[in-house]
Amino acid sequence: MRVSVLIFPGSNCDMDAVHAWSRVLHAKVTPVWHKDHDLANPDLVFIPGGFSFGDYLRSGAIARFSPVMQDVQRFAEKGGYVFGVCNGFQILCEMGLLPGALLTNKNLRFLCEDVHIRVENDLSPFTAKLETKQVLNIPIAHGMGQYFADDETLRKLEDQGQVAFRYCDAAGALTDAANPNGSLNNIAGITDAGRRVLGMMPHPERHAEAELGSIDGAVLLSSIMQHFTKVA
Amino acid sequence: MFHGVFMKKVRVIVRLRSGVLDPQGKTAEHALNALGYEDVKDVRIGKVIELQVDTALEGEALNARVGEMCDKLLANPVIEDYEILEG
Repeated sequence: MRVSVLIFPGSNCDMDAVHAWSRVLHAKVTPVWHKDHDLANPDLVFIPGGFSFGDYLRSGAIARFSPVMQDVQRFAEKGGYVFGVCNGFQILCEMGLLPGALLTNKNLRFLCEDVHIRVENDLSPFTAKLETKQVLNIPIAHGMGQYFADDETLRKLEDQGQVAFRYCDAAGALTDAANPNGSLNNIAGITDAGRRVLGMMPHPERHAEAELGSIDGAVLLSSIMQHFTKVA
Repeated sequence: MFHGVFMKKVRVIVRLRSGVLDPQGKTAEHALNALGYEDVKDVRIGKVIELQVDTALEGEALNARVGEMCDKLLANPVIEDYEILEG
């Protein structure tokens, strides 16, 4: 599987992502600078976390106009797979590849902690190889992670099974207390209608090795990995 | 600093749409209440963006051009409304 990891000025999880994809999952990884116009023929474009362009104006608002994003747009329109984490999720929402927006956390705090998320379905290749209702321990690190969408958009997301992950407690219950940032319906990650674009606030690449606390992140990343291994 | 012949100042006010939670506004509201301003029942915090635009456009045409900038970049229609003020 070929993964291209995008790098913007202010990205800070790019090397974690490169490490997890290449050293843990043994994907062929190409880092791609935001001014490049060559995505390097990937199976998957991975947009990492960080603070692209200092989060100025709104998180992800400037990055979406970076030259490489025109290629990502075309790649996605042609059915390519795109995976955005944290700031990557914010960028995907800003550019309209995913519906909704990420607002300031309800409690106004920057949250850097391990949380539990629940796999909601196996409808997309991003979750197909995971157990539905499986609880994963994945870290979050964000100030703007409160998922918001208008009522109609939210209904559509729910009806079409586009919610991939929800914040939950250790037993998998969807409680308010387990919702760290006030996201609607405890949403931690969604896909587009075509199920080829995934955005999520938690950082699977940070929990890819037992030495770093958990391998649940690697388990999560391995789903899409297996999709491409099978195809190839 | 700004030498354009047609230089105009345009202000854009960007607000969170009604219905979108504004925790910053809520916190300021609680703080004002705690200071004794109990008549304050709601606070919403937005931002003002000032543009210096060197253009012959005026009125509606200028508004349309700045509106385009808002739609593309300055505001996110999912969560924000904007208002354009000239001068």
